[in-house]
Amino acid sequence: MADKTLVEAVNDALHVEMERDEAIMVLGEDVGRAGGVFRATAGLRDRFGADRCVDTPLAEAGILGTAIGLAMAGWRPVCEMQYESFSYPCLDQLITHVGRYRWRTRGTMEFPLTIRMPTGGGVRAPELHEDSPEAYYVHTPGVKVAIPSTPADAKGLLAAAVRDPDPVVVLEPKVLYRRPRGEVPDGEHVVALGEARIALEGTDVTLIAYGAMVQTCLEAAELLDASAEVVDIRSLKPLDEEMILASVGKTGRVVVVQEAPRVAGFGAELAAVIAEKAILDLQGPILRVTGYDVPFPYWSLEHEYLPTPERVAAAAARVLDY
Amino acid sequence: MLPAGHDVRRIIGDGEEVADGEVEGLGDAALLSLYRGMVLLRTFDERSVVYHRQGRIGTYAIFWGHEAIQAGSALALAEEDWIFPSYRESAIGLLRGMPPETVLAWWRGHPAGWWDPREFRLASITVPIATHVPHAVGYAWGAKLKGRTDCAIAYFGDGATSEGAFHEGANFAAVMDAPVVLLCNNNQWAISTPLSAQTRAESLSDKAVGYGMPGVRVDGGDVLAVYEATAEALARARAGEGPTFIEALTYRAAPHATADDPSAYWDEERVEAERANECLGRYERYLRRAGILNDELAEEAKADALARMKLGIAAVEGLPPPDPEVVFAHAYVDPPPSLRDG
Repeated sequence: MADKTLVEAVNDALHVEMERDEAIMVLGEDVGRAGGVFRATAGLRDRFGADRCVDTPLAEAGILGTAIGLAMAGWRPVCEMQYESFSYPCLDQLITHVGRYRWRTRGTMEFPLTIRMPTGGGVRAPELHEDSPEAYYVHTPGVKVAIPSTPADAKGLLAAAVRDPDPVVVLEPKVLYRRPRGEVPDGEHVVALGEARIALEGTDVTLIAYGAMVQTCLEAAELLDASAEVVDIRSLKPLDEEMILASVGKTGRVVVVQEAPRVAGFGAELAAVIAEKAILDLQGPILRVTGYDVPFPYWSLEHEYLPTPERVAAAAARVLDY
Repeated sequence: MLPAGHDVRRIIGDGEEVADGEVEGLGDAALLSLYRGMVLLRTFDERSVVYHRQGRIGTYAIFWGHEAIQAGSALALAEEDWIFPSYRESAIGLLRGMPPETVLAWWRGHPAGWWDPREFRLASITVPIATHVPHAVGYAWGAKLKGRTDCAIAYFGDGATSEGAFHEGANFAAVMDAPVVLLCNNNQWAISTPLSAQTRAESLSDKAVGYGMPGVRVDGGDVLAVYEATAEALARARAGEGPTFIEALTYRAAPHATADDPSAYWDEERVEAERANECLGRYERYLRRAGILNDELAEEAKADALARMKLGIAAVEGLPPPDPEVVFAHAYVDPPPSLRDG
C-alpha cells in the first residue's frame, strides 16, 4: 500500500498496466512530453517510448477515430481527453462507431478502447472545464462507464477498463485529483466494473452517488440526526443494481445525488430502476439532488450550482419526515 | 510545398486523337481480370437496382460509373492491405472474393450481411460521411507501429472533404506518416449539392497541400490511371513516405440512391454525355483496341457475373429469418446485466 492522490493512482495504474501488456498505448493532447496537464501520464513517454505514449494533434475526434483503427491493428488504446468538455467533438466517433463497431462485425472483433478524462466542477476553471457529461456516455449502447471517488478505485477501475474487452469511459473527478489522499494497493490492482461500494453503512436513508458527490454525501450524513447509508456506485454501466436495491430494501428511503444538470441525468435512471424494482420497499418518494438545467455557471458562482452537503441533508430530512 | 498539379492523369485514349498509354506491370491476364472485376461490380449495381424495384432489397446506394475507381484502386492493393469503404463501395469486397449474397444481405438488413473485417481485410460499410477516414489512418499507423508492412485505403466522396472527420483524419495521417491512401471519389455531387456549393478550392487535390502530403488528380473514369496512381501511392506508403491524397474525378450519372430523384437538380444533357463515356465502356474499347478482349470474352465475363448475381440473390432469399437473439448478441463482449431490460 502507498499513500497517493487520485491522479497519482491513475498514473500508477497506467504504469502497471503498460508494463503488463505491451499492446497498451496512451494517446492524447500533451500526454507525452508534458505528462498531461494534470500529470496523469507523467513518466510514461520516458518509460515506454514515444510510440506508446503519443502526443497527438489537437483533435479529439481524430484521437478517438484513429484509436478505432489502432484497435483494429491490434492495439489497446487508452485515449485521454484533456477535459470532459473537450470530449464533445469525440461524441461523433463514440456514438457512430465506438459503441457500434463490434456489433457491426457481428461480434467477431473486439474494440478494447479506454477513454479517460477529468470530469466535474469545483475547481474554479474557465467555461467548459467543469461539466459532468456522464449521461451522454452511459446512454450510448456498447460503451461502459466508470467514475471513481477514491485513489484506490481510480487505479482499480482504470485497470479494469484497460483490461475490459469492450470500450470503457472512465471519468475522473478532477476536484479529487489532489485531495484527499488515500491508500492505494501496490502493483496490479483491479476493481471489477459493475460492483458498487458501501462508502458508509447506515440504516435509515440511502444516499446514492458517484464521483465527487460521494464525498458530498458523506459530509451530508454527518449533518443528519438519522443514520445514512452512502452507496458509491463506481460503475454506471454495468450497474450494481443488487447493492442499490439491497440498501433501499434496508432503509426504505432514497436520495440520489448527481452534479450534472437534472434533466435526463443518470440520477433519473437510478430513480427509475429503484421505482421499478423496489417500489414496495419505499417509505417515501425518491428524491434527487442535482445540478440545475443551466450551463455550468461562471466559476465565481459555482458553489451556487454544485450540490452541497446541506442540500443533500435537507433532501434526506424531507424523505425521512415523509 | 507548391499547390498540387491540376493535370488529370489519363492512360486510356479516345480511339481517335488521344493515343492509348500503357501501365507497367500489368500483363494481358491482369488486364482481363481487371475487366472481369469491373463487369462484376457493374452487374452487381445494375441488378441491385432491379432487386430494389422488385422489393427484394431495401434502399440501395448506386455506384454505377464508379467501377473504375473501385476496381482500379483495389487492383493496386496487396492482399494484406485493409480497405475502409463508404456505402458507395458496398460491393468492393466482391473484388476480394466476398460472395454477392453477403453484400445483398447487408442491403436487406439481414445479419448475414455483417462480416468479420479480418476475413477480407475489409472494414465495415460506413454509413456516416468521412468518419471512417480516421479509422483507416489509425489502422495504417497502428500496423506501422507493429512493424508490419500493410497499408490502408479509405474511400470517400467529394462531400466528405467538407467534414471535420476528413480533416482530422488527413492531418493525423500526415503527422504520423501513416501508410494510407485517401481516395476521394469526386463525382461532383453530394446527393443534390454540387461541388461548387461544397468548396471554393479549385481542386480537391489542393487540400493535400495543407496537410503536407502529395495530392494527385486522376480521371476516375480511367481504370488504368486510377490503378497507377494508387500503386504509386502505396509504394510511397510502404517506403515510409506517408499518406497520399488521390482525387479521382468522375461524374455521378445515376441517382445517389434508389430513394433519390435527381431530375430535380441535375442537367440531363450532361448526364447523357457522361453516360455515353462511362468507365466500363471506355475500358472495354481500350482492351479491344489492344486486341486483348473480343466478343466472346466480353460475353463470358458478363454471363459469369450475371450467374453469380442470380446465385447471390437466391442464396440471400433462401436465408432463414434472423434469430432474434442476435439483437442482444453482439453489442458487448461482456454485456451489462441490464442489456435485456426494455
